[in-house]
Amino acid sequence: MADSQPTLHPAAETDAVIDVRDVHYAIDGRPIFAGLDIRVCQGLITAVMGPSGTGKTTLLRLITGQIYADRGRVSAFGREVADMGRAELYATRRRMGMLFQNGALLTDLTVFENVAFPVREHTDLPEPLIRNLVLTKLEAVGLRGAAQLMPAELSGGMARRVALARAIVMDPEVLIYDEPFVGLDPISLGVILRLIKQMNDVLGITSVVVSHDVHEIATIADHSYLLSDGRVVASGSPAELAASDSATVQQFMTGSAEGPVRFHYPAADYATELLGAERG
Amino acid sequence: MSNGSREGVQEALRKTGVTALFFGRLLAACVPALARPRLIIAQVYNAGARSLIIIMLSGLFTGMVLGLQGYDLLQRFGATSALGIAAALSLLKELGPVLTALLFAGRAGTALTSEIGLMRATDQLTAMEVMAVDPMRHVAAPRFLGGLIALPLLTAIFIVIGLFGAQLVGVQMMGVDRGIFWSQMQSAIALKDVTEGVVKSVVFGAVLSLIAVNEGYHADPTAEGVGRATTRTVVASSVMTLLLDYVLTAAFL
Repeated sequence: MADSQPTLHPAAETDAVIDVRDVHYAIDGRPIFAGLDIRVCQGLITAVMGPSGTGKTTLLRLITGQIYADRGRVSAFGREVADMGRAELYATRRRMGMLFQNGALLTDLTVFENVAFPVREHTDLPEPLIRNLVLTKLEAVGLRGAAQLMPAELSGGMARRVALARAIVMDPEVLIYDEPFVGLDPISLGVILRLIKQMNDVLGITSVVVSHDVHEIATIADHSYLLSDGRVVASGSPAELAASDSATVQQFMTGSAEGPVRFHYPAADYATELLGAERG
Repeated sequence: MSNGSREGVQEALRKTGVTALFFGRLLAACVPALARPRLIIAQVYNAGARSLIIIMLSGLFTGMVLGLQGYDLLQRFGATSALGIAAALSLLKELGPVLTALLFAGRAGTALTSEIGLMRATDQLTAMEVMAVDPMRHVAAPRFLGGLIALPLLTAIFIVIGLFGAQLVGVQMMGVDRGIFWSQMQSAIALKDVTEGVVKSVVFGAVLSLIAVNEGYHADPTAEGVGRATTRTVVASSVMTLLLDYVLTAAFL
């Protein structure tokens, strides 16, 4: 990236752990982001909300350095992700934990081995210590009893809790959640919600939660961003967003099909198409 | 050149380039992967031990057919004493490496492709990336090395069982003298013949494992995509096996 002053990024001077500045990104010529600005501050729960297809998952891929922005910059811990070599990128990723939408557990390993996986890969800890560490994390998500089960034997909610245990086993500084509430029953949802809050309160983990479950996320988020059309259309505390008079924000918060965000995929006129089919 | 065929050529070239780059990365990942022999042994078990039954059964019947056909042909010239040599040469140089490779592609190659493809589709490879674990080192390289080690071993087993099958039919059923069958074979087979089989099986092991791992790694992350990748593995493996068999045979003559 052609930038004349890469030495002291603004993030280094503030408490922003992750800083996304004026990011542009397109897939196959279709713009996903057009000037995205997001800051994730130390010790807070930052929510990124938006309708489906606004590139929320793409944002997480940008932050973890799986893809790079076409323009603009993404920094983590004060260093620009695109400037990192492989070793530095991997070292940065070790300071982050990520919870995938579907858990992404390794299907050939037991629950215990899944949680132990990052520890075995990155440390030479003795077996008894690994065992204690893994059981502690499994206890935290209430699944110590499921340690010997295979991922295929778990329900969706349990799989996500195991994935959460795996994400925190290396004690990351930042935890990234990709749609953590999708498809959960009310009990699992409540548990996951409380877990996210606890991780943040007790362990001081900075959290980024990508979600479109407005009401759930509003109960725990310190700061929220609402994305639409590749940029941030509103940001602030959940209360500020709820009080916003922006039509986009109101449509999203109230779940209305009518508003600036189109519910219908672009199509020919409804009546014309129906009548046309009759004639044809 | 029409637009369609130009695009076809470009696409083929692009795929060849992607595969070549992938092979380079795979080889680079093999070095650190060697430090984890347990992962490789697990893959030798997966690709090798789990293919044993089909390899042994196929070897036995191939040998028995060789015994029958060989006997039928040789007795017309009164040369049934050469049955042992005929069976051994065909098995060592051609049937052993080629049939084992084709069976390996169908049994182990497809399993490798669909396994890696599904890992891709269920975000397992991405999860490893994000956990700062290189999936090339942890998933691709051990599977490549496992296949590379397993195929020559399976070929050896196929040949041994095949010889036993040929002996079963030729000696036990058709009455060729047991001593002649084995001693003729012993005196006529040269080290070069064995080497040809070994070289072929090692090359097939490398190429087929590369195809299987590459197709799985680059499969579209959907049910349909994994299915297509699995089919491509079998087709590409079979064609490459027969093509390389010709090239290697010509090189050894």
